[in-house]
Amino acid sequence: MSAEEKYVAAAYLVVFLFVLVYVLIMATKVARLEREVGELAERARRRRETPVETHEREEVEVG
Amino acid sequence: MLATTLVSASIALIFFYAPVDQDGLNQKIFYFHVPIAFTAYACFGWGAWKAFVHLWKRPPGADLESYVAIHQGVIFGAMTLITGSIWAKISWGRWWVWSSHQLVLFLVLFLFYAAYFMLRFSVEPGPQRENLCAVYAIFGVVLIPISYLAIRLAQDYIHPVTFSRHGPQMAGSQFATFCVALAGMVALAGFLYRLELAGKRLDQRLRELREALA
Repeated sequence: MSAEEKYVAAAYLVVFLFVLVYVLIMATKVARLEREVGELAERARRRRETPVETHEREEVEVG
Repeated sequence: MLATTLVSASIALIFFYAPVDQDGLNQKIFYFHVPIAFTAYACFGWGAWKAFVHLWKRPPGADLESYVAIHQGVIFGAMTLITGSIWAKISWGRWWVWSSHQLVLFLVLFLFYAAYFMLRFSVEPGPQRENLCAVYAIFGVVLIPISYLAIRLAQDYIHPVTFSRHGPQMAGSQFATFCVALAGMVALAGFLYRLELAGKRLDQRLRELREALA
């Protein structure tokens, strides 16, 4: 491989690496967002269940 | 999908269709270097336009769109500088030539927009930051035509001229390859722009949702 060929390969490799790193960063971000959506869904589910329990307990105390 | 197809097609055309001219194999860098530079200009221009729209009509999200476009422009600008330096090392025997006006002006443009992030992250989020960033992004766009025309105004002509008043300075097959490579880069930038914007918007909505649920 000549020096010229090495430089041309390096130039294309740089572009490829930039795009690859960018896509990897985006994939990491999407994974984090998915995890956060899961956590929020879980929190929302618990929140929906909690008022019902409180309401039942209050009824028992009054009775 | 479009970006992948066009970039793959351009690589095939560059190495199997476009002829090698008197510059030798290093001319193959040109097919990516110039479209990347044009895409960087387009991203900065789009960022400035969105900043202008933000100041003019104040639609929600224009500031974020401007920020993402400038972020893309800086990424493509960095690629332009690196691929250009590699090309210069082969052609001129040096990584950088300070006497070339276009090189220096492109570096100034790149550093100007790189400083945009310092400004953005040094001010508290809110309308003041959005306005400051919008004004800064609009000021930067003035450098684009200066950077593009620098080579034509310069006396040294050290940087090759691809497009002159008489049209593209290359053979038909080379120009066709260049057009496909340019379309590929624009499509790639468009895809990455939409991807990053979707991620940022989702992040913003999640933050609002987290605050509502707290």
